[in-house]
Amino acid sequence: MENTAPQLFKVTIDGVEVEVPPGTTILQAARKIGPEVAPPAMCYYEPLKGSGGKCRACLVKVSAGSAKDPRPMPKLVASCITPIQDGMVVENYTNPQVVDARKSVVEFLLINHPLDCPICDQAGECHLQDFSYEHGVGTTRYEEDRRTFEKEDIGPYIQLHMTRCVLCYRCVYTADQITNKRVHGVMGRGDHAEISTYIGQAIDNDFSGNVIDVCPVGALTDKTYRFKNRVWFSKPVDAHCDCEKCSGKVQLWYRGDEVIRVTARKNEWGEVKEFICNTCRFERKQTSDWTIEGPTKVSRASVISANKYSKNLVKKPDFALKLAESQYKNIDDDRPYLHEMSEIQQSEDYKALMAKDEKYFGHK
Amino acid sequence: MKILTEHINTPGIETFDVYRKKGGYTAVEKVIKKMTPEEVVEEVKKSGVRGRGGAGFPMGMKWSFLAKPEGVPRYLVCNADESEPGTFKDHYLMKNIPHLLIEGMIISSYALGANKSFIYVRGELMYVIHILEKAIEEAKAAGFLGKNILGSGYDLELVVQPGGGAYICGEETALLESLEGKRGNPRNKPPFPAVKGLYQCPTVVNNVESIATTSWIINNGGEAYAAIGIGKSTGTKLISASGHINKPGVYEINLGVSCDEFLNSDEYCGGVRKGHYLKAVVAGGSSVPIVPGHLFLKTANGEDRLMSYESLSDGGFATGTMLGSGGFIVFDETACIVRNTWNFARFYEHESCGQCSPCREGTGWMQKVLNRIEHGKGSMHDIDLLVDISKKIEGNTICPLGDAAAWPVASAIRHFRDEFEWHIKEPIAATKPGAVYMKESVLV
Ligand SMILES: Cc1cc2nc3c(=O)[nH]c(=O)nc-3n(C[C@H](O)[C@H](O)[C@H](O)COP(=O)(O)O)c2cc1C
Ligand code: SF4
Ligand code: SF4
Ligand code: FES
Repeated sequence: MENTAPQLFKVTIDGVEVEVPPGTTILQAARKIGPEVAPPAMCYYEPLKGSGGKCRACLVKVSAGSAKDPRPMPKLVASCITPIQDGMVVENYTNPQVVDARKSVVEFLLINHPLDCPICDQAGECHLQDFSYEHGVGTTRYEEDRRTFEKEDIGPYIQLHMTRCVLCYRCVYTADQITNKRVHGVMGRGDHAEISTYIGQAIDNDFSGNVIDVCPVGALTDKTYRFKNRVWFSKPVDAHCDCEKCSGKVQLWYRGDEVIRVTARKNEWGEVKEFICNTCRFERKQTSDWTIEGPTKVSRASVISANKYSKNLVKKPDFALKLAESQYKNIDDDRPYLHEMSEIQQSEDYKALMAKDEKYFGHK
Repeated sequence: MKILTEHINTPGIETFDVYRKKGGYTAVEKVIKKMTPEEVVEEVKKSGVRGRGGAGFPMGMKWSFLAKPEGVPRYLVCNADESEPGTFKDHYLMKNIPHLLIEGMIISSYALGANKSFIYVRGELMYVIHILEKAIEEAKAAGFLGKNILGSGYDLELVVQPGGGAYICGEETALLESLEGKRGNPRNKPPFPAVKGLYQCPTVVNNVESIATTSWIINNGGEAYAAIGIGKSTGTKLISASGHINKPGVYEINLGVSCDEFLNSDEYCGGVRKGHYLKAVVAGGSSVPIVPGHLFLKTANGEDRLMSYESLSDGGFATGTMLGSGGFIVFDETACIVRNTWNFARFYEHESCGQCSPCREGTGWMQKVLNRIEHGKGSMHDIDLLVDISKKIEGNTICPLGDAAAWPVASAIRHFRDEFEWHIKEPIAATKPGAVYMKESVLV
């Protein structure tokens, strides 16, 4: 009798054991355990063949290669492209070397990033924001000029902001794999490599809009939505339509009664499983175009959930006080400073400040 | 011992007739008529010859790792992209004695069972490409290439491919991508080329010099080759010597000759130029750690250092370096280490393919900081910053270019830190044209 039950490999990631089929990557195995141990990923995108291995955000330490050969791997490995072996032991959040390497990847990705989040449409749903918040440090050591690029117009629907690009190649794989005529790619090399069309062509293809969804940062954004909104002011709703070109399964983003944006649906790892066509994305912006399924589930941790709950349920922190307190406490020198909030509030400076702009600090 | 360069000065050696008269293509006759492919691989294994492209991996072993699935073609690709600063030996060999490479290609292809093999030549060397193409035509006309070589039934086609014009295209998997007509981005490994290489078929990539050794090995036997050299550094090696020496040029040395002899004897470099002192050496191409003169001549234990893979790396990165590709660059006391390090850093920033974030961003960052220091705008914490950036790149990238960019910076600071500090403390003096920091104790 043949054994038809698939053979499973046992892997331990951050002390948690999981059984997965051979061929699974470390990252997928970790995702199976859950978000607590899943390494961050800035370039890997499961639906796109060949993606991954580039950003190095997902580096992990393999402290035992397999049960048969329990030697550790000499270098950190990219978990998104390294297949597991039976008996492999992986250290992720538990290994200081890994934590340190991730910190440096954040730093590398940020040194040339414009940090124009306040005017970036991606802010609030940006993987680089999440990645740097979760794995980076709050300061920078970079004193040089940031790199900039010539602006390039790639057509009526998609806005390219090359300065924000992290060169994850996701958009290139997307264009390669789901559109029938790729006109864009990476030009140049090193820190001046850029996403571009050859030469200055518009991207014009029924599925081209999907590059917007796969882009982890605000390098590719929706021109029809540009500067219209901050994502946390809008409400996502699952909807579908009968589309002859794609699955028609989308998310509608409402601001008030108005559909201000249409995107594909993303799973909990921020990946689109069913790509949508440009007609759904850019042309169908009336509620009457869609059958509404109901509100999209949004994690409470996401900034998108902000302002979606009734006011008295959410206790707003008193930012001015919190900030003042933390700043005073964190100053690391031996000048005399005031310790207690009450003392701060009694100081002349504080009073003067309050008198100047009461509204700003929100005090009645 | 002259294995590769014995006939290099013979007039007309670039033509088939002269090369043949000097005993050329006898090795092809021998393998095709008398040897099985396995026997050829065995002979190369016995010779112990190590890859001359930089990494020094034993060639015979690499050949025996080649996967041989039924019905799938296998490829041999010769890496002639030679772009490492300080390295110009492959160029010298191909330009002067092209048939040595062609003969090696036939022997190696036969050993590996490849029927179509490629020579990927640095794109800037168009005239060398023409030389090779002519040599291929001549070999074909003489029946050593093409269909049914020497009536054996073995077919081989040789293709010369002009390179993509980037240093990174010399990295073997980037080379394969480029050869396939794509952007020269290194691939993630595994799979290694021996399993999935060119067009996803099993492929061996070898350096020009590695392949060129095979005809001698076949004619004289692997054991005779292994008898030359020292320990695991068997045979001879071409060294491209440049910098502040009396006799720059390409030299064929027996591995194991002492560093002192190589640098100072008249047979080779002829010593540091007159009236000057030895300050530092880059022994194996810009990617290897730079060492001060005294650590080049003697190991940290005071033993004489030898020109061999093992001896040059004695002491690890703390006090040693690497043989690399044999790009030998000598600096006397007039050379500014900071300026040189900045120059190397510019090269790596320019040549990084830009796929992985540590290399793409880190090489640019290091270059900018070094630029500032060199131009009198550095501050003390920049030095530790550079060391830290180099550590964050090293080992965390897809291909070894990241390491290659990190090592020169880290080693320059390790051995010449006071020179960096001087640039920061004395910016006015340091930025005067030709100004160099002098510390006599490091000069030899
Ligand atoms: C950035 C980079 C550039 C390289 N350039 C070359 C080159 O120009 N020529 C070469 O033979 N090997 C080069 N190599 C080494 C090759 O990847 C490969 O190891 C070599 O061609 C194998 O041949 P060998 O075993 O005969 O040395 C380079 C490696 C790296 C990482
Ligand atoms: S534009 Fe966006 S998706 Fe494309 S490479 Fe840049 S960051 Fe990645
Ligand atoms: S290390 Fe540098 S050259 Fe190599 S793949 Fe990464 S970015 Fe490209
Ligand atoms: S997610 Fe693995 S390297 Fe980018």
